[in-house]
Amino acid sequence: MMLRRQRRSEPAQSGKPREALSNGRAAAAMLAAGIGSLVFGFLTILVQVSPAVRNALQFYQPAGQITGLTTLSVAAWLISWYILFRLWKEQQVPFSWVFAVTLLLTVLGLVGTFPPFYGLFG
Amino acid sequence: MPTSGSLWADVHGLVLGAVFLLAYSGGLTGLFTLRTKWETATGLRVLARQLIAGTWIMALVAWLTVITGTYVAYPLYRSEFRSVLMTSFWNTFSMEWKIHIGWFAPILATTVAYVVTRYRTQLAEEPRMRQAMVVLFTLAFVTAGVAGLLGALTNKVLPVY
Repeated sequence: MMLRRQRRSEPAQSGKPREALSNGRAAAAMLAAGIGSLVFGFLTILVQVSPAVRNALQFYQPAGQITGLTTLSVAAWLISWYILFRLWKEQQVPFSWVFAVTLLLTVLGLVGTFPPFYGLFG
Repeated sequence: MPTSGSLWADVHGLVLGAVFLLAYSGGLTGLFTLRTKWETATGLRVLARQLIAGTWIMALVAWLTVITGTYVAYPLYRSEFRSVLMTSFWNTFSMEWKIHIGWFAPILATTVAYVVTRYRTQLAEEPRMRQAMVVLFTLAFVTAGVAGLLGALTNKVLPVY
């Protein structure tokens, strides 16, 4: 994937030139959401496969393993967002490509958390 | 007189759900109309401010909904219906899907709110970015909608008191 460092200038409405942001920050936020979703789907399947993981993810006993699943998924989302933000904040990235990957990861996450699907692994 | 369980279920489903729906419709309209061809410079700035407020309200409400659902309403439901958790379709499919799919909404809504806040009126000149935000925003709404519908149906059969 080709990345290039870019900041574009544009005339502002007030007459003062305003720096337009590169699309890297938006792409980083989007892709991180996809990664968080994928991790959620993956962990949901892992819980079905491994009783040890199921027990370990019961962070709050009355609610069961959903608390661990969601906590770790949110952590994965935020950590990947931070890393991607640091890498891409000044970059102009292929936005359509990143968006397509984000959608794919989100759909995989949704499939992984669909009961009839993850039930196949139980 | 509502019990604390049913009160929490109402706050989680009805109150937060209604605000979420309103914030989504406002946010979607804002995202759709944020175009340089359709708005003046002042109009774009006003619209961007409204959009920032709408998307953050939706994200905040989505977080409150999943947190109250997972940590308050769901434990009450589990303790109340422990005997049928493994056998009832309403739990093995409906509630299970609901507690999972609902968590996609705050993540996606927060992503949109961040991008709208960071790019503001620049979004009007970035059609691909704006379209991507419309898709993610709608996906957040659909996932929350599925969770809400399943929650309402399950609560009819297995109500939390």
